[in-house]
Amino acid sequence: MGDFGGTAMSSDAMAIRAAQAAGRPWVETLHDWVTTVDHKRLGILYIVYSLLFLVIGGLEATIMRIQLMRPHSDFVPPQVFNRMFTMHGTTMIFFVAMPIVFGFANYLVPLMVGARDMAFPRLNAFSFWLTAFSGILLYFSFVGGSGLYGAGNAPDVGWWAYAPLTSRAFSPGHSSDYWTVAVLVSGFGSIGTATNIIATVLSMRCPGMTLGRMPLMAWLSLVMAGLVLITITPLSAAQIMLLVDRYLGGHFFDTQAGGSAALWMHFFWIFGHPEVYILVIPAFAIASEIIPVFSRKPIFGYPIMVAATVCIGFISMSVWAHHMFTIGMTSTANTFFVLTTMAISVPTGIKIFNWLGTMWGGKIQFKTPMLFCIAFLFQFLVAGLTGIMLGAAPFNWQLNGSYFVVAHFHYVIVGAILFCIFGGFYYWFPKVTGRMLDEKLGKLHFWLFVIGFHLTFDAMHIPGLLGMPRRIYTYEPGRGWDIWNVIVTIGTFIQGIATLVFVANLILSYFRGPRAGNDPWDAWTLEWSVSSPPPAYNFAVIPTVESRRPLWDRKHPEDPDSRYE
Amino acid sequence: MSAIATPIAQTPGAWKLPYRSKVGMACLIIAESAIFTIFVVAYLYYAGKSLSGPTPREVLETPIFYTICLLSSSLTIHFAERFLVRGGRAGFLGFWFLTIVLGGLFLFGTGREWHRLIYEHGLTISTNLFGTTYYSLVGLHAFHVTVGLIMLSIVFLFGLAGRVGSEQSARVEVLSMYWHFVDGVWVVVFTVVYILGR
Repeated sequence: MGDFGGTAMSSDAMAIRAAQAAGRPWVETLHDWVTTVDHKRLGILYIVYSLLFLVIGGLEATIMRIQLMRPHSDFVPPQVFNRMFTMHGTTMIFFVAMPIVFGFANYLVPLMVGARDMAFPRLNAFSFWLTAFSGILLYFSFVGGSGLYGAGNAPDVGWWAYAPLTSRAFSPGHSSDYWTVAVLVSGFGSIGTATNIIATVLSMRCPGMTLGRMPLMAWLSLVMAGLVLITITPLSAAQIMLLVDRYLGGHFFDTQAGGSAALWMHFFWIFGHPEVYILVIPAFAIASEIIPVFSRKPIFGYPIMVAATVCIGFISMSVWAHHMFTIGMTSTANTFFVLTTMAISVPTGIKIFNWLGTMWGGKIQFKTPMLFCIAFLFQFLVAGLTGIMLGAAPFNWQLNGSYFVVAHFHYVIVGAILFCIFGGFYYWFPKVTGRMLDEKLGKLHFWLFVIGFHLTFDAMHIPGLLGMPRRIYTYEPGRGWDIWNVIVTIGTFIQGIATLVFVANLILSYFRGPRAGNDPWDAWTLEWSVSSPPPAYNFAVIPTVESRRPLWDRKHPEDPDSRYE
Repeated sequence: MSAIATPIAQTPGAWKLPYRSKVGMACLIIAESAIFTIFVVAYLYYAGKSLSGPTPREVLETPIFYTICLLSSSLTIHFAERFLVRGGRAGFLGFWFLTIVLGGLFLFGTGREWHRLIYEHGLTISTNLFGTTYYSLVGLHAFHVTVGLIMLSIVFLFGLAGRVGSEQSARVEVLSMYWHFVDGVWVVVFTVVYILGR
């Protein structure tokens, strides 16, 4: 494979570029990366940046777990513990999950729809640097922030920063402002990237790539970007209100002047719940690309998959207050949010059945990307089931604010989203670098991570059921929580080791991995038609497509998909 | 390999997709609408909940003249656009300038109202909930008008220099989408603040 007219041309051009690049000073290379507007380089920047923060956020989680491993521990003082859970949550959502999702979309969407770049390359660079700046701004608070405990204070108000904790009286100094401004700026970056993704998908597709022929990755990125536009902005608005309160003496969330703390909760969760879907839809997208290729079958029920995703997008905007059952809403409101929460499990269930339908009867290849996606299917199902439990208001009244909730959402974010992202790494690393990731290290990474993940987050449900509240920095012995906390902490370390294996694999394979060629997985979407790594202009000749699997058509001219669609 | 590598040039004009800048501006408008929605919700939620005066009923006066100015600027920008498409430079510049003047008048009206509220009634953003929500909602809108006026003025200067012709009409149209949005938002803000909020 791989010797199709335009492709050969582009590989030659790459060789010339590489030869030119050999003798360049590193400052010029750095300058190239800083000033780049190429969607592939920005995608890589996004991903490397978020991996960096993944390590930082992981260290913060480890510090919390060491502190909670045994009762009456004094590994860190309570105020440091508060900073750790605040920074861990904020980092993982805004500076790991969002950028990594944008990184994948940035790199892949133009390649998949047959475009040479995103619709607005400079806006793309601007959005990335906004995100990069906001992450650095947040972490500068460790050095420069002044807060309740004097100088050098990171934000310690929790990642959802409930009022009135953020008011001047309870958050003196600037630590909360670092949080507010960092999240606000990263929000602007997200809006820029989302705009770019939508414009790319709608206006940059190659001839023949109708909406109904787009790879699911492009479709799901479109839905994700739409959600970003509608649901990140309420958070931005709420942050502006918070700044008005803190700096101009406003009363939005000031209960003493008639303001409402509950309104902040509403605004936050109007963002907060769809945010889960902003993150999980790209994970679905990755699974929807990997599962067909490693089952050697086209995706089962393509139109239903698209419809279910759009459905999830809409319903996700009407479920936010299931985070707030315990604040005392009316029974009508409670019922409404219970019902919408139950409703969203329908399209999600449809998707799971479609992935199973894709695997059914296929020649499944258990390569590392596929392993991660299979684990994702199981774990996402369990996460969905605990989600239904928490979505029932009376059950929620018992368990809100407990470790059961923490276990549930980590099951989604780690068990579903992170697993898919790892799968995506193993799947597209060959395309990005031109070298395969090591299968043996990959399988070791997978099994260690599965074991660590289940030790941590399966065990974490139980102290939650036994009444262990989240965000406590220590606890009394003899409540039945002790052994579970030890298991959770051990699992955390196993996950840490697995992540080290992953990083080692990335570094070793980047230098020593076997050459990948254009299409190592015998896949069907357009990104595999160009060289690995793709040339700066992606396609020497803009392709024309006639079905959902253009490379299948190309490889099997005697039996093209276009005949059946 | 048959169909895939066919150069794009063989089917000119057959494959048409929406203009990307229009899509981009539509995205911005959707995002901005969500921001405004949150501020409007906050305004309505807090209407009548201030613990102290002054109240909207006591101090607000309906800015009918300035509202007419802003809304008619949507018409003038539309005429300007049509002149541009047809290549009528003077008509374009004239109506474009009129749009800027009308927008500027509106901004002046907001400024006068704020001046009156602050100096005659002592209502600032920190006085009570009404002040907080009123100044942030109307201020957010005024901020968007200001940004719009800056962009309109830049286009006007380019137009005076003879750099805006009918070939730029698609781009000018993108800017006018934004301006129509700013006007549309004012209809909502006006209804909420001056009709429902009293």
